[in-house]
Amino acid sequence: MSEPLIRVSGLKKYFNTPSGFLHAVEDVSFSLDPQKTLGVVGESGCGKSTLGRAILRLQEPTAGEVWFEGENILSYDAARLKQLRCRMQIIFQDPFASLNPRMSVFETIAEPLLIQGVFSKKDRTGLTRAVREMMDQVGLAERLINSYPHELDGGRRQRIGVARALVLNPRFLVCDEPVSALDVSIQAQILNLMQELQQQLGLTYLFITHDLSVVKHISDDIMVMYLGQVVEKAPAERIFENPLHPYTQALLSAIPIPDPDYKQERVLLKGEVTSPINPEPGCRFAKRCPQVTTACLKANLPLIEVEDNHYVACTLFGSAGAQHHAVRG
Amino acid sequence: MKMHMNHLPQTQTRKQRSLWQDAWRRFKKNKLAVISALFILLLSLIAISTIVIDLTTGNSFYRQYVIKQNLRGKLDAPSAAHLFGQDEFGRDVLLRMIWGVRYSLFMGILAIVFSTLVGGFIGAISGYYAKLDNVLMRFMDILLAIPSMLLATAIVAALGPGLVNVLVAIGIAYIPTFARTLRASVLTVKEQEYIEAARAVGADDFRIITKYILPNAMAPLIVQSTLGVAGALLSIAGLSFLGLGIQPPTPEWGSMLSNARTYIRDAWHITVIPGLGIMLTILALNLVGDGLRDALDPKLKS
Repeated sequence: MSEPLIRVSGLKKYFNTPSGFLHAVEDVSFSLDPQKTLGVVGESGCGKSTLGRAILRLQEPTAGEVWFEGENILSYDAARLKQLRCRMQIIFQDPFASLNPRMSVFETIAEPLLIQGVFSKKDRTGLTRAVREMMDQVGLAERLINSYPHELDGGRRQRIGVARALVLNPRFLVCDEPVSALDVSIQAQILNLMQELQQQLGLTYLFITHDLSVVKHISDDIMVMYLGQVVEKAPAERIFENPLHPYTQALLSAIPIPDPDYKQERVLLKGEVTSPINPEPGCRFAKRCPQVTTACLKANLPLIEVEDNHYVACTLFGSAGAQHHAVRG
Repeated sequence: MKMHMNHLPQTQTRKQRSLWQDAWRRFKKNKLAVISALFILLLSLIAISTIVIDLTTGNSFYRQYVIKQNLRGKLDAPSAAHLFGQDEFGRDVLLRMIWGVRYSLFMGILAIVFSTLVGGFIGAISGYYAKLDNVLMRFMDILLAIPSMLLATAIVAALGPGLVNVLVAIGIAYIPTFARTLRASVLTVKEQEYIEAARAVGADDFRIITKYILPNAMAPLIVQSTLGVAGALLSIAGLSFLGLGIQPPTPEWGSMLSNARTYIRDAWHITVIPGLGIMLTILALNLVGDGLRDALDPKLKS
């Protein structure tokens, strides 16, 4: 077994709000092998974007550890953090908001190289060559080099975003819903581009999305989050074949199926969403869970390996829950 | 069909426009604003040429024709020799108006440049660093609580009348407006994703502020500055009118107006002309400001 490229353990991110601490990311742990893709899914506000930003230290985590290439990057000082930026990058959701409108394509892609000192400002030819190569790699026509973002469509802008992230030659990329702001036809283009780049450059992705069909397409493993907690983690096909957590089941039943005659049995969730501000211990899905028991609210539930590599945090499984599951099945 | 064929190659070779170039293109469409801008430019050229004349002649022209009294022509109405007539001491009003541009317009611009720089700095810092925000903004609130004209009057009264003191007084009085303006737009721009993207590639605070935040937050400040020059010009004229600003015989428009007031029944021209000068300049500055606002507003992008 190879050494994981990145290992996150016990990562927490709390935001201080006037009414208390908002537990955006609660005790998340996972490890990710090189050249693999971990898909993170969950509804809006479940902390998946915060998780991605906390791993990159764009938002300082409240507690936990992030081991990257064998070092805990949370102990890095500012200078080492800046160096780390060459190896870990992020692609943002909205290509309209994530590009500086006052900078041309060239300036945007050259910016990381200048900041990290890969090229000096005087080395115009070297810089131009690097930018052109990068543009070619992400499928941007060379004539667009002096264009400004407002002159381009969403797909091209997102290619600029990908180019900016890749120009420093990182090993690990956080992809924060990189296609959800794009048209469906362009989504596929960008996803294919990202998969090609992953194979060519040996990239490792943390792929954050709320779109289950996208995550199925691209991920090796899938991690399902609900209000900051990981409720289930398994290889992609396993999640879709045999979802164990009631929330995952509800989530998967919400995928539209392109067949008008198909009568789908949806799991409809009732009840209110638990507030993430100073939450009670226990499963945060309990208030909406169709199979809730008193055991759910006793304490935060650990992830239990139910099958090989298939983890779930639910009282239905593990020591106490196994029988319950058998009865239901 | 023919149009289409001509159109296609053009889009491919078209020069790419930045947002500033786009704004300039929109500004040019606004005829009134362009005329006003040309008027301001003309005034600036006049002011510069008077400064050049003074420097080359060692103020002798200035002393001879702008300051020197000629009581024989006292309050003479406009004529071919003196287009705008002569004032209460027989000096040529046109020449005095021309020499006065630098005090009105240039002092206004200078005061606003000063307060834009200081106010902009304070605004950028307090918008970007949340920790300093409260302290700096409360200090600005103290300044804002006093009406700017009253504050300027108080500063001049304390420091004594004179060119530099008026400049300082008006400069200080306008600082909070600019600080507030820039702070507000910095707060908006700071939350944009491209700021986070810059941080993700390792940009430091200085680079983020100068290359990412300021270029995107400048537009309201530019508009405010243009309008501010008009306000400052009026303040300078007002202070001079009250006798607190630039002192006679220096041909400042406000003080010309103030001195002429006594003779308003005998000679209309020496009050109307400086008054018109102030009014037209302020109108032009406001029109340019309006034009800039329309041109720089991203929501009106065509």
